[in-house]
Order: sequence, then C-alpha cells, then structure tokens
Amino acid sequence: MRDVIVIGSGIIGSNIARELSKYDLKITIVDKENDVCKGASKANSAIVHGGHDPESNTLVAKLNVEGNEMFEELCKDLSVPFKRNGALVVGFNDDDKKTLNELLNRSIKNGVKGARIINSEEVYKKEPNLTAGIVSALFVPSSGIVGVYELTIALCENAIVNGVQFKNNFCVKEINKDGDVFTVESENGDKIKSKIVINASGIEGQKTSELICEEEFDIKGYKGEYYLLDKENLVTSTIFKCPSKHGKGVLITPTVHGNIIVGPNNNFVENGEDRTVSKDGLEDISKKALETVDKLDFRNNIRNFAGVRAKVGTNEFIIGENKKIESFYNVVGIASPGLTASPAISNMVREWVVEKMGCKIKKDFINKREQTYFHELSIEEKNELIEKDKSYGQIVCRCEGITEGEILESIRRPLGAVTIEGVKRRCRAGAGRCQGGFCQTRVLELLKNEKGLSSKEVVLDNNGSNILV
Amino acid sequence: MTYDLIVIGGGPAGLASGLSAFEEGVNKVLIIERDVEVGGILNQCIHNGFGLHTFKEELTGPEYAQKYIDMIKETDIEIKLNTMVMKIDDEKNVHILNSEDGYKVIKGRSIILAMGCRERTRGAISIPGSRPAGVLTAGTAQKYVNMLGEKVGNKALILGSGDIGLIMARRLSLEGTEVLGVVELMEHSNGLTRNIVQCLDDYDIPLYLSHTVTNIIGDNRLEKVIISKVDENKKPIEGTEKEFDVDTLLLSVGLIPENDLINDMDIDFDNRTKGVVVNESMETSVEGIFSCGNALHVHDLVDFVSTEAKEAGRSVAKYLGVDKKEVGKKEIILKNGVGLTYTVPQKINVDKVEKIVGVMFRVNKIYENVKIVIESNGKKIKEYNRDHMLPAEMEKIILTKDMLEQCNEEIEIKVTDMEV
Repeated sequence: MRDVIVIGSGIIGSNIARELSKYDLKITIVDKENDVCKGASKANSAIVHGGHDPESNTLVAKLNVEGNEMFEELCKDLSVPFKRNGALVVGFNDDDKKTLNELLNRSIKNGVKGARIINSEEVYKKEPNLTAGIVSALFVPSSGIVGVYELTIALCENAIVNGVQFKNNFCVKEINKDGDVFTVESENGDKIKSKIVINASGIEGQKTSELICEEEFDIKGYKGEYYLLDKENLVTSTIFKCPSKHGKGVLITPTVHGNIIVGPNNNFVENGEDRTVSKDGLEDISKKALETVDKLDFRNNIRNFAGVRAKVGTNEFIIGENKKIESFYNVVGIASPGLTASPAISNMVREWVVEKMGCKIKKDFINKREQTYFHELSIEEKNELIEKDKSYGQIVCRCEGITEGEILESIRRPLGAVTIEGVKRRCRAGAGRCQGGFCQTRVLELLKNEKGLSSKEVVLDNNGSNILV
Repeated sequence: MTYDLIVIGGGPAGLASGLSAFEEGVNKVLIIERDVEVGGILNQCIHNGFGLHTFKEELTGPEYAQKYIDMIKETDIEIKLNTMVMKIDDEKNVHILNSEDGYKVIKGRSIILAMGCRERTRGAISIPGSRPAGVLTAGTAQKYVNMLGEKVGNKALILGSGDIGLIMARRLSLEGTEVLGVVELMEHSNGLTRNIVQCLDDYDIPLYLSHTVTNIIGDNRLEKVIISKVDENKKPIEGTEKEFDVDTLLLSVGLIPENDLINDMDIDFDNRTKGVVVNESMETSVEGIFSCGNALHVHDLVDFVSTEAKEAGRSVAKYLGVDKKEVGKKEIILKNGVGLTYTVPQKINVDKVEKIVGVMFRVNKIYENVKIVIESNGKKIKEYNRDHMLPAEMEKIILTKDMLEQCNEEIEIKVTDMEV
C-alpha cells in the first residue's frame, strides 16, 4: 500500500514526485513508456519563460513567474544545465510597438522582473544577426533556457534516490476506488494501491481521469514542429516575433548546449501520439523564422522533431482535486508555459498532499545530485578523473565530446538509461551533428554489455524500436 | 616532447602524409588516431576496387590500408591510438585525450589536418515523417554489417546512388537483406558506372532516378517509406508517390569534411569545399598547418587521397627545412569560373612551385564536349578538351610554372562551349 501514486513521469509528474519525496510518504511514479520524459517534456522549446505572455491575474501567470524564479536553485542542486539568457520580443512597425507596450504592462502586472522596452540600436547591439527593420523590442531578462530532459530525468532520479519507486512500462488501464483506497491497474495486470492518485499523464490526462469519473474538461493535442540546428553563435537571447494579426510567429533560441532551436508551429492533431514532422510544417516554420533572423541557414539542420501540447480550451491549467473523487488530483492540460511553471505547480500539489496526509518532512532528504560533465572540467580535474577511471579518457561521441565514462555513468545511475536515446538524453552521446552516425555502434555495445542484452535486444527509443534484426 | 610533425587522423590521408613526410626526412612524426586501429574508414570498406592508381592492383579497403601500415612499420613514426585531439591552441599546441596520457598538451613544429569526413544525416535534408529505428546512414550500416557482424534489417530501401549507396545495396543483398530499390534525387547516378553494373544490375535492384523520400512511417521500427518523383527544381510532384514496405532506410546523401576541430581557430575556411583554404603546398592560412584528404575536400577515390596526402607530407618536409624568409610572396588566387563548384588548392604561391601544380576541381552539372579554359587578366593561358564531366567525378588539371609566371594575381578556371 502506497501513500501516493503519480501517473506520468514528464516534467510535471517528476517535479511532483521529487517534491513529495521530501516527506515521509510512500510514493510510486508510473509511466507507460520504457523511460521517463517520453512525451511533451522531451520535445518542446526548453524555454523558462519570463512571464510576459500569459493573461494577467490568472493561475498560469502566477505559476509562470513563481516557477521561473525557482530554476537557478533547482538546476544547480540537480546538476542540470540552465542559463538565464534573456528574451527579446521584436517589433517591426507601429502596430507592433503598441503591442509591445501592452506586453510590457502585462509583464509588470504579472511581476516579471526587469522587463523593459529597448530601442532598435540596443536590439542590434545585443543581437547583431537579427533581420533588419526592427524598431523596438520587449526585453525580458529573466527568460531562460534549460536542458529539459536532463531536468526531468534528474528530478525523477533524485526522487528515486529519496525513496520513490519508479515503474516503467506501466500503462494504466483501470483506476478504482474502494473506500479510501485507490487501485491502479496496468495493462499487464499489475496492481498498485494508494491513498492518493495524482494524474500527471500529459496528453493522456483526460483519458486517465475518465478511468475513474466523467470529466468536464476536454484535452486536445496541438503539435509543434521544430528544427534543431548545429552549434552556432547566431543569437544569444530567445527571439520571439511580436504577436500580430498574422499570428505569433516562431521563436529562435540557443539551447543550453549551443545549438539553435527554431519553432514551433501549433496544429491540432487527432492523435496525441502523432509526433511526425511534415514538409509543409517545416517550410512554414523556416519561412517565419527568417522574418526575425534572416541569417539562419537551414542547411545546418541536424534534426527535426515534434511534440504535442496537451491543451484545454480555457487557456488555464487544470490543477486540483477532483470534485467527485476525493484524493484524486488532476494536474493536466499543462501546455506552455508548463515547463516553467512545473516547480511552482509541484509546490501547490505538495501543500495539498501534506495537508491531507499530515506527513512530516524527512531529515535525510538528499537534495543534491551530481553528474560528470567531462568537457566542463579543468585539465587537472580531467586527469584526476582519468587516473581513477580510465573510461573517462575515451571520447565516444566525437561531436559532443562525450566520454565512455559519462556514457557508462548514464547507464549505471539510479534510473539509468536503457535505450540509445535514453543515453543521449542523459549525457548527449549522439546528440550532435552526426546524430550518432559514428558513436551509435559503440553506445549499443556499451548498453548491451552493461545490461546483459544481445545486440538485437537493444532499442533506439520505444519498446519495439530494435536497431538490429 | 616536441614533434616535427603531428598528423591528426590515421586514415588514408594521415598515413600517406605522415609516411611521405618521414621519407622526405622529417624525423619525429606522430600520427594521432581516435579509433582502436589506424586505417580509418577503409577498415569497413571490405569491397575491392581500391589501389588501381597507387599500387596498380585491385585491393580491398583493409588491404589498401595495410600496405601503408606495413610501410610505416619500417619507419620510426609514432602512432597514438584511442586518442582524441581536443583542440589546437593559438601556439599550435595539440591537446590530446586518451586513457593512458590523460589530457595532455603536445607540441608540433608542423601539423597536418587529416580528420576525414562524415556522412550527411536525415536532418541535413529534413526528411518528413516519424523517427523510428531502422533509418541509418550507409556508413553506420556498413560498420554494423562489416565490422560487427550484425544484420541491420530484412527489407531495405537506399536513398542516394553515390558509390557508398550502391556498394551497400550489394552488401545488404549478400547478407540476406532484400534491397527493394535505390532512390536518387538527380536524373543521373552519382556513382561509378562499374558500381551501377556490379551492385545494382547484377542483383536486379531497381534505380529510381529523379525520386526522393517524402515520408517515413513507423512508430517504433520503420514500417514504410514513401518516395515521390521530383520536378526539374527537385521538388516532389504530388500524385507520384510509391510506397515501400521496408524496415530499413539507408541514407547515402553526401559526405562533409570533418573540421569541427578547427571551428574556434583563426584559419581560412572555404564554404564550398567545407574544408580549409590551402595553397599549392596544401598549407592552410596558418603557417605550418597543412590539410589533405577528405578533411580538405571529399574525394572519389582513396588513390587520389593518397596522392594529395603525399604532396602534403613533402610540403611539410620543405617547410621544416627551408628558411621561410627566402620564399617570395607572389600569390595567385584561383577563381571558380562558369561551371566550377570549387578548386583545391584555392591559391598558389608561385615561388614555391618547383615545376608543376595539380589543381583538383568539381563541376556543377554534366558536361559533354566542352573545354576547360584557364584565363588570367582576360588572357587565355591554356585550354583542355573534355568529352565528359560529371559533378560526382573530381577533375584534375596541371598548371606548369611557365604558365603561372604568365599570370597576374588571379586565375580563372571555367567551362566553355557546348553543354548538355
């Protein structure tokens, strides 16, 4: 019998599990996939929004700004890359100027720190590679970028280190409540009982909730497609185009690893698992992106991807206890700025759970998590490490400079990688310009040996994505 | 420890250039190789067809590499395996990393960049669809099949009819993977005729010219690939889709010189070749740093790499032996005229030329019965007839010292006359 079951190990579920792991609670987090962070959390812009965009006086605005302020500490504690690189919303004409002023006022109301309008000269001084013709911009210094799957994985791993149980390949088929006890059953027939259920199942959120009762909300999938370009010093800030009657435009941002991300569009999809990219979608994105950064060269593209946002019609998040079923909490419909809001959301959920359970904070909670980023070490530190473990002297992923030691670490850690993409999301082997062309064979060997698998059993990503036959 | 020459890369270019420098009298030569053995990509090219120019016999890739390895064994050239070069700093120090030395900075009086090339990926051409397993570059598949003894799929389609694509079509067929076709964007194959015959015709594998992959379908493992015919602008034509039930798609969509190492260096780069700019001595804009092989520009045949690398090695010997102050500075820039996509070298220091300079270049399309004209200052210096030229085949012309002395600071090389 568990105290809490969290369904879904995306950024929301992982944040909640980690926050609750600070208390003397028995927690299980389940995910239908073979690893954490397999839905929208792995395929988005990885922006920690400043908060200039959400309508004022909404929960979204409040959680956005609160969440944003929590990132430094969270990422530092968990050894996750994060940078407050600032955002620019750029305007090209008088209408845009008006809109930018409205956005500034909204920022002030929302409590966004340091937001101000800057003139064209300052814009180009900050970002010389932007397209000519920008008249002014809203500068949001608190906007940031984060390693989003690194963060999700780190949160979940840290939760596990603090006693949380993680069950992968657990696709929830049934949820029943008998008295005060929930029984959550998987498609494989595994059953877990608990006092509280937290539904953080993203695009599946409505389906999961309706396993126990009818819901009034309606979650729809909206796909966003992206380009991921090779490393280049093209922009340092996150660049948004001023929204206008022609739409919101697309963003161009550096990633924490120095790549450039371009996207997303926003198209309704029937199937929430539809993460395909389309020729039309990509053409649309590249055209729009060139409006703000005309020096973008899409020949430097190294990967296209798409993610599906789970949106409810109201533009609000659905966070709270189910009205009909006590102790069943929905944390769903968390579209943008969900990543930014996620730590603040988990605080909200924690307050409810603590009150309900009357639980105590643990004295032995481990809040820190270390990870080796070999390329960031000094020469002395590198040599000390190699002295201890020779595998750190072997570069396996040449594009990203990732050592064998880092790959082995990503497999051997708590919540270690079980797939090629899992290795990539943990330590970036295969994330570079050759996209694993050179290192995939080596990573496959390492996974195979570490996990005692045959070559044919190693999968790229999902179950069934076997690389060899 | 200071080396006279540090060669970065132990593939065919690195081996041949290091050997040539040693033979020309350079004493302390170090070759740095990141893999477990030297030979580079030749090690996985187990088909034959190598060495006809260099050794006048037909060898497999590993045999070709072994010839150089055997010759190097007879020398004092030092080789460091499993060693990655992390950077070259402003003092031309080479920063290396391996398990034995750790992170170490070594000095070289000269450096040869011979890092080879890498394959273009799916991302480089933004193929739409899902992202399942079973979509891989031809080179990765070749490594799985030839080096690791693995089978990559049961039914395959191959995009790109360059030699690598063609050779992998045959290779997969031999390993029991059914190859349903090779798809080529251009209206002609980029491969050698002998490979079309020996790798496709002999195995009844159809070649779909003027086609490209327009969709990739499959959630986990690849299930289907859709190809479409393309118009004259290489845009897919709606309604021409063909569907293939395959679990494997190999991409053979081009090679790019691998020069990530020099990204942060102040060294002239040529965006046409994606390699550094070199002069007649294969020397870059940084004195004492040379480049050759596929890191400089992608070659069709390894034999040509060896020839170029040998030249680079000789240049290093000259560089180390010569009092640099005596060398004149008359530099000629080679300009790409009509029809050329690039030349290597990009510039020539006339005073350093002994008798002749070979200039390699590629053309932008198929040409028949044309002339290659060399002009300087509006004056025709020389012309050569060509009855057939292809973008996929590297061309070479020879410029003599006499010719160069008639030129001013620029030479234009162009294609003229009838074209197809």
